[in-house]
Amino acid sequence: MGRFHRHKDGTVHDHGDAGDHAHNHEAHDTVGDHSGYATGGERIEVLERIFDENDKTAAANRAQFAAAGVRVVNLMSSPGAGKTTLLRETLTRLAGQVRVGIIEGDIETSLDADKLAGFGAEIALINTGNGFGGECHLDAPMVRSALPRLPLGDLDLVLIENVGNLVCPAEFDVGEDARAMVYAITEGEEKPLKYPVMFRSCGLVVVNKVDLLPYLGFDMAGFRDNLRKVNPAAEVMLVSARTGEGIDGWCDWLRARLS
Amino acid sequence: MHELSICGSIADIVTRHAAGRRVKVINVRMGQLRQVVPDTLVYCWELVSADTPLAGSRISIEAVPARIKCRTCAHVTDVGAVPVFACGACGGFDAEVVSGEEFLITSLELEENEGASA
Repeated sequence: MGRFHRHKDGTVHDHGDAGDHAHNHEAHDTVGDHSGYATGGERIEVLERIFDENDKTAAANRAQFAAAGVRVVNLMSSPGAGKTTLLRETLTRLAGQVRVGIIEGDIETSLDADKLAGFGAEIALINTGNGFGGECHLDAPMVRSALPRLPLGDLDLVLIENVGNLVCPAEFDVGEDARAMVYAITEGEEKPLKYPVMFRSCGLVVVNKVDLLPYLGFDMAGFRDNLRKVNPAAEVMLVSARTGEGIDGWCDWLRARLS
Repeated sequence: MHELSICGSIADIVTRHAAGRRVKVINVRMGQLRQVVPDTLVYCWELVSADTPLAGSRISIEAVPARIKCRTCAHVTDVGAVPVFACGACGGFDAEVVSGEEFLITSLELEENEGASA
């Protein structure tokens, strides 16, 4: 993968060549001319993080959750990995013990929120449709907009079901205490290498649909090895939301967040 | 995929710093671990900036490779195109990312003869 860039002295080079470590990257900490051509106009130094506004709102969300004594888990996965089914099974098991609120992110429709209705949780749906096909993630302002619709003071735990996507949700802090992924064995072993940012951002990977192990050529050891390459600290839990296998362990993990 | 909303954030920051002056180039520093597609960002910027005072400006991206530093032996390793966050020297996994997560606007280049209008 060639990664050309230009240093202050005008030299251009490519980081694709292995062993090209001789130059000093500390130089990137100073603002030089990286534009590649000279201009006659004035230059203004900015040095402002592009996610700064999101992260400030995330901090405000986090403070509000903390003040209400609520713990928050951001649940992410690809579409169809089984987040909603896992949540339904989770609500069934936590009913009467843990007061749960759900923030449900979906590009369109209330289908997922409807599936979770009647299982004892307070649900706030966020449709991310914006006229351009919909946002592919929840960001901190979207989650903030859902907070008035949840009785935070009466809840112990908020589960955020993010938009199904292995790329964008990983980039946005929404004010959660922990991130967990649902990963279905139907997705194959190599995804940690293809989506390292997502896998690195999660403390727990819930490997779902293990009831299908006898029918698929899924290489669990290979998957664990790939996960270890990008996130050696990740905890792995094997579950089947359909049969209920392993769900108690996941619920115990959630209960442990509350203490 | 999320480049459109990112362009909205960029527009807010640039508008504030430009303070009414005409912007020619927006210099963005972006780490390899940021999942933003440079071409898509440039394209989305045209959409987002059209019909605004920022129309005609363009985004210039400086890519920063991902590197980790081993906490055991202090060796610095390139993460590489197929990402492996293990030390290239000792093979250890206890490492911190030292570059590749940057995502910021470093500077703006203004149109000539516009500086006095601020």
